[in-house]
Amino acid sequence: MAAMTREETEALIQEVLEIYPEKAKKDRAKHLAVNDQGLEKSSKCITSNRKSLPGVMTIRGCAYAGSRGVVWGPVKDMIHISHGPVGCGQYSRAGRRNYYIGTTGINTFVTMDFTSDFQEKDIVFGGDKKLAKLIGEIETLFPLNKGITVQSECPIGLIGDDIEAVSKKAAKEIGKDVVPIRCEGFRGVSQSLGHHIANDSIRDWVLGKRDGDDSFETTPYDVAVIGDYNIGGDAWSSRTLLEEMGLRVVAQWSGDGTLSEMELTPKVKLNLVHCYRSINYITRHMEEKYGIPWIEYNFFGPTKIAESLRTIAAQFDDKIKEGAERVIERYKADYEAVIAKYRPRLEGKKVMLFVGGLRPRHTIGAYEDLGMEVIGTGYEFGHNDDYDRTLKEMGNATLLYDDVTSYEFEEFVKKMKPDLIGSGIKEKYVFQKMGIPFRQMHSWDYSGPYHGYDGFAIFARDMDMTLNNPCWKQIQAPWKKPAANAEDAQRAAGGL
Amino acid sequence: MARLRQCAIYGKGGIGKSTTTQNLVAALAEAGKKVMIVGCDPKADSTRLILHAKAQNSIMQMASDAGSVEDLELEEVLKVGYGEIKCVESGGPEPGVGCAGRGVITAINFLEEEGAYTEDLDFVFYDVLGDVVCGGFAMPIRENKAQEIYIVCSGEMMAMYAANNIAKGIVKYANSGGVRLAGLICNSRETDREDELIIALAERLGTQMIHFVPRDNVVQRAEIRRMTCIEYDPSHSQSDEYRALANKIIENKNLVIPTPITMDELEELLMEFGIMEAEDETIVGKKAVEEAAVAAA
Repeated sequence: MAAMTREETEALIQEVLEIYPEKAKKDRAKHLAVNDQGLEKSSKCITSNRKSLPGVMTIRGCAYAGSRGVVWGPVKDMIHISHGPVGCGQYSRAGRRNYYIGTTGINTFVTMDFTSDFQEKDIVFGGDKKLAKLIGEIETLFPLNKGITVQSECPIGLIGDDIEAVSKKAAKEIGKDVVPIRCEGFRGVSQSLGHHIANDSIRDWVLGKRDGDDSFETTPYDVAVIGDYNIGGDAWSSRTLLEEMGLRVVAQWSGDGTLSEMELTPKVKLNLVHCYRSINYITRHMEEKYGIPWIEYNFFGPTKIAESLRTIAAQFDDKIKEGAERVIERYKADYEAVIAKYRPRLEGKKVMLFVGGLRPRHTIGAYEDLGMEVIGTGYEFGHNDDYDRTLKEMGNATLLYDDVTSYEFEEFVKKMKPDLIGSGIKEKYVFQKMGIPFRQMHSWDYSGPYHGYDGFAIFARDMDMTLNNPCWKQIQAPWKKPAANAEDAQRAAGGL
Repeated sequence: MARLRQCAIYGKGGIGKSTTTQNLVAALAEAGKKVMIVGCDPKADSTRLILHAKAQNSIMQMASDAGSVEDLELEEVLKVGYGEIKCVESGGPEPGVGCAGRGVITAINFLEEEGAYTEDLDFVFYDVLGDVVCGGFAMPIRENKAQEIYIVCSGEMMAMYAANNIAKGIVKYANSGGVRLAGLICNSRETDREDELIIALAERLGTQMIHFVPRDNVVQRAEIRRMTCIEYDPSHSQSDEYRALANKIIENKNLVIPTPITMDELEELLMEFGIMEAEDETIVGKKAVEEAAVAAA
């Protein structure tokens, strides 16, 4: 369908809101907006980071998910204890596909689930003794761990387990870092607070360990990649570009990352921020305490990659600037070939997104490189500074939806008829059953990486493979197809 | 057989709930009633006078030792004492850790699942920790549990505050279930006009003072021997008081949804009986130095 006008999009929002009771309508109206590139501040058009309404099907997660799942989970040489009943740890185990190098169970532990497995008696009598015992057992069974985090599940905050005291005592006993984190799931309105809590715990328990220690030899080209969780190998296909342009990547946060890298980060010259939403707190802290500047970058699609490489290079000397140009040139033939192959198959296709931290805006450029248009986007747990960064990326009169409800999302899709939807696993089958091609954009649908030039080739292939899959032509049930002749029609009606 | 009556005893901490409950239950047993006491307090001291024990092994402690509550058998936690009274304690954590409320919930669920509420019982008494601080301590008054609440109080200000607050809690559960306030038990502290005051409070709450239990040292003498007064000295006049209370409870038909009063109304009542002075609004927020300055002027 042709792009919608501002009036049409506004009318669509009103139509979708119509079904809500008055109070809900008033609330949800603030979270739905028509994009206006002319605006500088998103607060003029959209509200975000507010409590979801009871009764709607929100797509959000919880603070525990933000800390255990997103920020801390990928730190590979530490063991992350899910402190509380077994479910939180087990159902979030390995789900985010944070790739890492190492021998699982020996020196790396990302896909494993460590839990204090609360029973009734632990709730009633407290879980602190069990936690202390668990840490001791971990140390015996997995002696190559570099440290431990204690990720609080909901009951911990209710029964008041003193995890700080246990952590301090255990840290002394095992001679390693034990980091207590108060990321109980009921805190905050989404996983976003969990990111913040995790950042704060890194600030309080990890950074600063190497203050006053100059034994680490630095170079003028030291950077840290912050907020890349190496989903499907994203951080690797990013890191290679940075290294090829002459930078030294000292730390990766936190995909394929280590505790030691985190501790060394205050030594770098520049922090490169990918997922701003989940990690900006710690880079702001490092800016304040260590004077380390930070910039955001976007490695989705050749246009944004080139833009970002040049922005990063501009922070350094000519050697790096030349390096950036060299890298862009080196991959030019590759990405042009990708575009030449896939653009004709994807040109003009419309996309709707609803994802987490940065993808609702960062992937837009990659779609555009393939001739596709993102006509609607929104964040699960974004704040207004995320929407500020989105206004310019989206076309005028496109649709923005914050913390979209399952009902709204379905209605928008029915009316806007996108050719492709990118969202999460809970949305996937709903839309596929509606006959709409869908990509799971949290885990790259078990594919990836999508970052960097290497990732772009995979991204383009995946979008084509999904969108142009012959299965979509078979989506209608045979008995609902217009009958080829009268006999078929009669059979379809149950007459023969 | 008469229908099982389940009663819960609430009241300010230290008011004498456990002592009163055990003496009352002993009197009921003496009258031929089959009774079970369920202690709902982590201190687990609701059954010691019946069992002549220091503290009974509690459900939660036994469950913790055994691994989980599923590993427990009813016989391990249910003890029989004076007058064939069945005794269980929910138990719970040491102060400052864990969740005592959850302990009460778990323990009561265990009793139900294990069939502790047998056909032959006439009464179950829940002796519940001080205030209804959280959902766990309201467990005994939820649906299908205690239908009658007795509040133990005295003529002291804080005891009456607590009684009024508990009445508020009862209103909440009265509207969703069948729980009713069945009366105030005045456990005398020998304050002035105590009986009149509690009768007046009971009236305001829409209920009755079911009995006035006078203070007598024989209760303490019996306690030292880990016995109820009924058992220790059955011929003592104090034992007759508990028998009178027991008879009134057996006959009690006065079950109401309470009408808790506001703080102002309660204070008015206290002032009427001279327990509280009228507030002098002019002195609120005045420091000693300011007052001295005023006095000097």
